[in-house]
Amino acid sequence: MSDPKTLILGALTGLAFGFLLQRGGVTRFSTIVNQFLLRDFTVLKVMFTAMIVGGIGIYAMRAGGMDVALHVKSTAILGNLVGGLLFGVGMAVLGYCPGTGVAALGDGSRHAWAGILGMLAGSAVFAEAYPWVKANLLGVGAYGKITLPDATHVTPWVFFAVLVVLALWGFRALEKLEKRRAASGG
Amino acid sequence: MNYLRRARWSPYLVGALIGVLSWITFATMDKALGTSTTMVRAVGVAERAIAPEHVAENAYFTKYLGSPEKPKPWFEWQFALVLMMPLGAWLGARLGKDHIQESMPALWEARFGPSKAKRWAFAFLGGAVMLFGARMAGGCTSGHALSGGLQLAASSWIFTAALFGAGIGTAMLLYGKKGADHV
Repeated sequence: MSDPKTLILGALTGLAFGFLLQRGGVTRFSTIVNQFLLRDFTVLKVMFTAMIVGGIGIYAMRAGGMDVALHVKSTAILGNLVGGLLFGVGMAVLGYCPGTGVAALGDGSRHAWAGILGMLAGSAVFAEAYPWVKANLLGVGAYGKITLPDATHVTPWVFFAVLVVLALWGFRALEKLEKRRAASGG
Repeated sequence: MNYLRRARWSPYLVGALIGVLSWITFATMDKALGTSTTMVRAVGVAERAIAPEHVAENAYFTKYLGSPEKPKPWFEWQFALVLMMPLGAWLGARLGKDHIQESMPALWEARFGPSKAKRWAFAFLGGAVMLFGARMAGGCTSGHALSGGLQLAASSWIFTAALFGAGIGTAMLLYGKKGADHV
């Protein structure tokens, strides 16, 4: 067991995270599936805003000299790609991702329990398949824990500037689209 | 106070607050939000209770649970986080007076009929394929797409693009344009 302080901080973070996901409506099956059907863009709005706000803050703290470490996951292009594809297929069928699925239990979803059991089973199967996956997939396009600024030698602020412009333009377009759809009863 | 009690908050506000939550975990806890590693720890601990030797020999479980000589704690920061997420969501639903009891999503029923066994079987399969993919890629929507995306991690942007591509393709195949128009 980790020390009590770490556990309490984790618990408080989980409480806040679950609360926010519910308040955003992303603990609902319909929100996730309708995102993939391009009828409801809530997931995209929540995720993109969180990424931009979170990223700018964390890079700013680092730029300001604060001792904030990054926690970057390894790039293994084939593994990231195939893993992401499998993840998307499973998420569209289940209607939740791992975090929103767990939170959905508290939001009144009963069928999310089957999804959680499936997630545990999927982890168990992966643990058995790991030697094969490691030998055949994870070595392809392996670049270690790199960020896009590392890979391109471009300052992170250029990336965030592009993301902010994309978000402002994209969100405005989405709001217009949703208004039009609501007006036409679709 | 009225805004707080609305059924839903603005997705932009929620997104921004999750971003701020990330600042706090990175700066004060040296952690990134994530959930799917907890599934590995949970199932590893369960298997260890039944077949300790098998788990001790499995390279993937020992990565997270350590070896018998040098065990790592399974009940750690992220495990506590995941355990408390349902309570957080429950409080959110209470605040918005928006509690549901959903054993069959309307969208699913309209397309695949009222069989609960079918829904549960596919939810199980979907969850299994999803977590297999998450572990292959190194994370899930929170650990990769959100936490990795905000750090501009190359791996996470590949994962996120693949996730949305496959998710959109699968949902369109499952529900079609018509199903999309129903609910």
